[in-house]
Amino acid sequence: MNERPDAVLTEQAQDGRSGPHGTRLLHGWYSTGGRADLAEHLGRYGPPPLPPGRRPAIGLVQAVEEAGLTGRGGAAFPTGRKLRSVAARRGPAVVVANGMESEPASRKDEVLLDLAPHLVLDGAALAASAVGAAAVHLCLPRTRADQVHRLAAAVEERSRAGLDRVPVLVHALPHHYVSSEETSLVHWLNGGEARPTATPPRPFEKGVDGRPTLVDNVETLAHLALIARYGPQWFRGAGRPDAPGTTLVTLSGAVRAPGVYEIALGTQLGSALDTAGGAAEPLQAILVGGFFGSWLPAAGAAAVPFTRPDLAAAGAGPGAGVLVALAQDACGLAETARVLDYLAGQSARQCGPCTFGLPAVAEDFVQLAWGRADAALIERLHRRTGQLPGRGACRHPDGAARLAATALHAFAEDVHRHLAGGPCAAAGRPAVLPVPDTRSPESEGWR
Amino acid sequence: MTRTHRLGIDRIACDGRGLCAELLPELIALDEWGYPILHDTAVSEALLTHARRAVAACPVLALRLERATRD
Repeated sequence: MNERPDAVLTEQAQDGRSGPHGTRLLHGWYSTGGRADLAEHLGRYGPPPLPPGRRPAIGLVQAVEEAGLTGRGGAAFPTGRKLRSVAARRGPAVVVANGMESEPASRKDEVLLDLAPHLVLDGAALAASAVGAAAVHLCLPRTRADQVHRLAAAVEERSRAGLDRVPVLVHALPHHYVSSEETSLVHWLNGGEARPTATPPRPFEKGVDGRPTLVDNVETLAHLALIARYGPQWFRGAGRPDAPGTTLVTLSGAVRAPGVYEIALGTQLGSALDTAGGAAEPLQAILVGGFFGSWLPAAGAAAVPFTRPDLAAAGAGPGAGVLVALAQDACGLAETARVLDYLAGQSARQCGPCTFGLPAVAEDFVQLAWGRADAALIERLHRRTGQLPGRGACRHPDGAARLAATALHAFAEDVHRHLAGGPCAAAGRPAVLPVPDTRSPESEGWR
Repeated sequence: MTRTHRLGIDRIACDGRGLCAELLPELIALDEWGYPILHDTAVSEALLTHARRAVAACPVLALRLERATRD
């Protein structure tokens, strides 16, 4: 976390509704500058308002529907509709809280779980009430061992305080890019490998232990915990009528104060970067959404509101709330080539188009960025990229294809320059995007 | 309300034998590694018999024909 340049620590409000700068989830942090332990959490918010009984709490489902909350893990699916689908199935359900955050450019789930773990755990307990679940599984990456221990301790503390009605199990999973996909989590929790499986059945039909399973991102659950307390109208008090609420974003690249921030949905991308102190140097493009995201030329992107429909119209999506500012003097093709190489290496190698198509596209991009490229390579790259979407069990090939296609568009001038004169001077500079130096999933294992 | 049929592929099961594209070239092509590309998932009445044959011929049972009801 970086402190905002204009951060003013104000006195604590009477309840947890909202903090400085319109923050909600990060209210505690902006008020105290520290992690919220259970005592502080209960002081600010009180215990989670769990509805009585074991049957699905339809009132809570309705509140989430009216609030218009959408998933904050990347797909932006309406959370209320998901809750209703699971609640409508027969028999006890299961809730999976997804804190895997496999997106290398995102830190927001890690920061949220660190600063406000009990908001997430409240949300998981409330979601369990909403769908009539008998158990909650919190999935975290094995690479964040400290966080796993802290969350396990937090769960233990809540259990001693008698806060939760259903057991909460904390799991540490292999941390590969596709391991955060919902079918990967379900497969792993059922004793298999953390790799995507073919659908149908989708988890809401038949998930953990064959039960209807709700898989929600941890930030989504934290918002749900506030909606359960303060109601849908309060939730809609931030953002826009068609995109209500706030969202966590990870701002990095050429901004003055990179870090995790909370913005109202509908904030323009330029203003969003301003929360991180603004651009540190002239920008050429913004990566929106993360490694599965889209490159948008900076000039047009600054005025685009951060909502699903506005980003879609601009050829992007919110993803997990990642914005990376790329300075004018960086090489977008080299940045993209490094990310594609990483994504190709992270394929679960289960589906042909991903196993063969992704490395081929990545290799083409390496040639374009650092080698010799000609018109035939560009044509092949367009064809191969166009053939990836919709041809995997999960959306891994779709995401990689989107990154590649938007790079060819946003950096069209650089493409011409590389074709004419070979690699640019900037192609040899250090990377802006944080590509993890990981061993391949095969050598590290999926279990 | 009409009954239509849709083609689906289990991408994990599929290992690119390519029989489907031979038997149903109207709807299925192959990429450069031999994996199927669906031109269209909707199967017209005229192609239904060919589609059934392609589904039956898939050695790994990766090709499916699903019934979809449309208004």
